Amino acid sequence: MATTAEGFQAHTEDEHHDADHKPGFFARWFMSTNHKDIGTLYLIFAIFAGIIGGAISGVMRAELAEPGIQILTQAWPLGAGEAGFDAALHHWNVLITAHGLIMVFFMVMPAMIGGFGNWFVPLMIGAPDMAFPRMNNISFWLTAVGFVSLMISTIMPGAAAGAGAGTGWTVYAPLATYGHDGPAVDFAIFSLHLAGAGSILGATNFITTIFNMRAPGMTLHKMPLFVWSVLITAFLLLLALPVLAAAITMLLTDRNFGTTFFDPAGGGDPVLYQHLFWFFGHPEVYIMILPGFGMISQIVATFSRKPVFGYLGMAYAMVAIGVVGFVVWAHHMYTVGLDVNTKMYFTAATMVIAVPTGVKIFSWIATMWGGSLEFKSPMVWALGFIFLFTVGGVTGVYLANGGVDDVVHDTYFVVAHFHYVLSMGAVFSLFAGFYYWFPKMSGRMHSELLAHIHFWGFFIGVNVIFFPQHFLGWQGMPRRYPDYTAGYAYWNEISSIGYAIMAVSMLVFFANLAYAFIAGKRAAPNYWGEGATTLEWTLSSPPPYHQFETLPVIEESQGYHDHRPVAATPATS
Amino acid sequence: MPTAALERKNLRVGLLGFLAAAAMLGLGYAAVPLYQLFCQVTGFAGTTQRATEDDADLAARMAQSAGAKTVSIRFDASTSHDMPWLFRPEQVTETVQIGERDMAFFVARNNSTKPITGNATFNVEPEQTGQYFNKIQCFCFTEQTLQPGQEVRMPVLFYIDPAILDDPNAKDVEQITLSYTFHRKPEPAS
Repeated sequence: MATTAEGFQAHTEDEHHDADHKPGFFARWFMSTNHKDIGTLYLIFAIFAGIIGGAISGVMRAELAEPGIQILTQAWPLGAGEAGFDAALHHWNVLITAHGLIMVFFMVMPAMIGGFGNWFVPLMIGAPDMAFPRMNNISFWLTAVGFVSLMISTIMPGAAAGAGAGTGWTVYAPLATYGHDGPAVDFAIFSLHLAGAGSILGATNFITTIFNMRAPGMTLHKMPLFVWSVLITAFLLLLALPVLAAAITMLLTDRNFGTTFFDPAGGGDPVLYQHLFWFFGHPEVYIMILPGFGMISQIVATFSRKPVFGYLGMAYAMVAIGVVGFVVWAHHMYTVGLDVNTKMYFTAATMVIAVPTGVKIFSWIATMWGGSLEFKSPMVWALGFIFLFTVGGVTGVYLANGGVDDVVHDTYFVVAHFHYVLSMGAVFSLFAGFYYWFPKMSGRMHSELLAHIHFWGFFIGVNVIFFPQHFLGWQGMPRRYPDYTAGYAYWNEISSIGYAIMAVSMLVFFANLAYAFIAGKRAAPNYWGEGATTLEWTLSSPPPYHQFETLPVIEESQGYHDHRPVAATPATS
Repeated sequence: MPTAALERKNLRVGLLGFLAAAAMLGLGYAAVPLYQLFCQVTGFAGTTQRATEDDADLAARMAQSAGAKTVSIRFDASTSHDMPWLFRPEQVTETVQIGERDMAFFVARNNSTKPITGNATFNVEPEQTGQYFNKIQCFCFTEQTLQPGQEVRMPVLFYIDPAILDDPNAKDVEQITLSYTFHRKPEPAS
């Protein structure tokens, strides 16, 4: 390899010495059309929303630490004095609703797709920017305004018992229609409309970018798996979100304009809302995890110094998960009264998803097999992901059974399951990706020691929170209640202790960020070394403001696993 | 800078993306009539069927040739949250021959001081029996208006389709619950 990564970089910068010219502060951050700046905005936004959503779950764990109602007795909005019993229950509902909506729509999705997707899809395919840079900006600000609308909803009059939307993230009718008279639910619905519109615009942008702007020679079957994962996620968004938009628009007109889509009084059916919601909701859970799969594939390959095992299988396993993900929705609603045959279909179809997921898990393990493993911070998070996601996947196969679900439906077993795949699966992949790419984005190295401490604290913390919830679920503790009988006290207390461990580990994360910006070493273009072979590692850290004005070329001889520039003159052998 | 050719290509793919999204939005709305149709045709979610007198005669003849199995019918009546009516079945259970016509009565009284129009929604449990539960006449087919204090007896004429005996998921059912809920018809805005 005669041309080194650095040499390639220097060459492009010589030709375009104004590549780093940046606009002024306001124009750069508020009117941004640069995919890296928008990615940064998304990441900052996701961290901010994550702090709020995480703090809400702290209030929830504090309330659940012991039986009885301790914290919710304060009226909401704060300062209005003591709340009655009904108000306390409503506050609880508002908390779980806000936690769910924030974490799904304003933390995981913006971080995965908006943040890492925006930053690294153009870099990895060798494109100068996204296909529609201005639309990219609109996507971000729609999401941000959506978040504001959700925050406003918590202080608007909601139900008779108090302010805020206490509908759960699913916003089921009739609780969300005549169960909530005030405008809080309208604000929450508006928030989903905005975030959804932002995501649809973003999805179109990704699809166009990936289809049309790949570097010469980079065929679809040579694309990095992270790009594959974002492409599939974008298709899921494009096909699933409009159905949610339709459902919540019907909800909105049912609430305000006298339609009866979900009101039996006028011939509607509330169960139809559940079908529509979960037709969106199930692909949504894959939307949250697929980009994580992509990041884990990059990271495991990098730190094993091996090409990912079964590349095509990995890519098409994600396609299969995406396709089958659209025909399993009713496993979220086994208890609405589906007949036996319908349940059998949804049970079987749901279990089928375990096959491509298993292909992915085993391919990650096979990638590591015989590799030259380095347990750097992204790798330990990736290993944590593989382990914990598998635990959540196993309880998922288990819950897929209609008969089992009848028993544990809406119990803490389900809560434990989906937190293992999301709060541990998706979030571990986010942290893995963050440590993998943070120096690339910021130009500063984080502390490996602090990152490892963060990992162990978080790993122990979340397991102590959520593993006992399996037991609580099987003992019959239902979801969505702030109080429980004394019999559930033991594991609930342990679960709340786990939250404290997790919270402390998050302080280490923020300390690590501060360390990196204050004292972190400058990051080299390819600080992970030999194993990091995708195009972003051919650029400086941080990359120039405008990159790839001369498009990189992927040669015929190069496979999916190595996109570094090859020698201009082939070495004679 | 993207070339003009690339920009055109991008625009085409982008528009196709939006079209796909718009189509899914349309499908979301199309789900409303499709779902209703699906329930009516398949008896899904305990949706009962409507039948004519001729269907009923045919069913009765078929039932006679099939033997005289009986099934217990439970009647359930309720009102929605804003409906000031008293609404109950005259008799709570009845045993009927499969295939035979049976008439049951429900009683409704308007306890408010205003005339109120309501309509009744219905389904049966277990839900897989919905496709065999045939109504020939029912107060639920039309709106009902009750004057203040008025009490009426309302009939439902039904039969159980003998085909139920051939359905492995439904033939062992010993009791079917027929449930009605009266909803207040929204008053036109004055």
